[in-house]
Amino acid sequence: MDLKLEHHTEDDLEVVEVEGEIDVYTAPRLRELLIDLVNKGHFNLVVNMEKVEFLDSTGLGVLVGGLKRVRAHDGSLDLVCTQERILKIFRITGLTKVFGIYDSVGDAKAARKSQK
Amino acid sequence: MATVELEFTPLPAHVRTARLIATAVARRAGITESLLDEVRLAVGEACSRAVEAHRQYCPAEPVRLELSDDDGRFQVVVTDNAPGDDPVADGAPSGPVEERPEPGRTAAVPEPLPANFGLAVIAGLADDVEVSSTDRGLRVRMSWPAMRSVPVTP
Repeated sequence: MDLKLEHHTEDDLEVVEVEGEIDVYTAPRLRELLIDLVNKGHFNLVVNMEKVEFLDSTGLGVLVGGLKRVRAHDGSLDLVCTQERILKIFRITGLTKVFGIYDSVGDAKAARKSQK
Repeated sequence: MATVELEFTPLPAHVRTARLIATAVARRAGITESLLDEVRLAVGEACSRAVEAHRQYCPAEPVRLELSDDDGRFQVVVTDNAPGDDPVADGAPSGPVEERPEPGRTAAVPEPLPANFGLAVIAGLADDVEVSSTDRGLRVRMSWPAMRSVPVTP
């Protein structure tokens, strides 16, 4: 299936809901959304990847690019993911050390609050 | 001769088609479910890299994908014809993934992942990977054990 993107505000976080496949074809749409959110002043993002069916290195590049942008504003970009098939690509690339990866949006919110 | 041969226009949208075909042939070849995700991702990475190279150097030429299941292995070969794209000669990965200007920005902000990051991912996914230069471009060959070809004892 194609990529479906939605976002909403929860407390001081902007939660991006991603559904479908993030690859070389669809990743530019996610990149545009992340850039747009940052340009609108949303510097603390949570990307919910629980409904992502496929993620490749292009998608990883977009997430790392998003992280770089929010960090330039002292912000954060955390991920929500429990799917082993998706977590695997973060592990083999060592990006589990770069992103905060949580089991739920609630966990990501709690972790963000405890870091303040 | 490969079991399935596919040539496709170097458009990002067709990479998904290549992934779906490769996964279907891999499943039929007897690749276990636990390895299918790796095959899907590795084929996607190889095709994405070839598509990006063709778009830069030879957008009119197709990317070639060959799938075969001989000798107890499911083998995938992705061949491109992009003469300027040679990570084997270059050695280390070079350049950012994305250098196109972004909306609302005067200069491109390079993504932090290198252009040949996909090849590194492939190396992490397949236990048998060979990246070689041809006279026209780059050839990525990778294979996985296929259960169907294992001889059955009587």
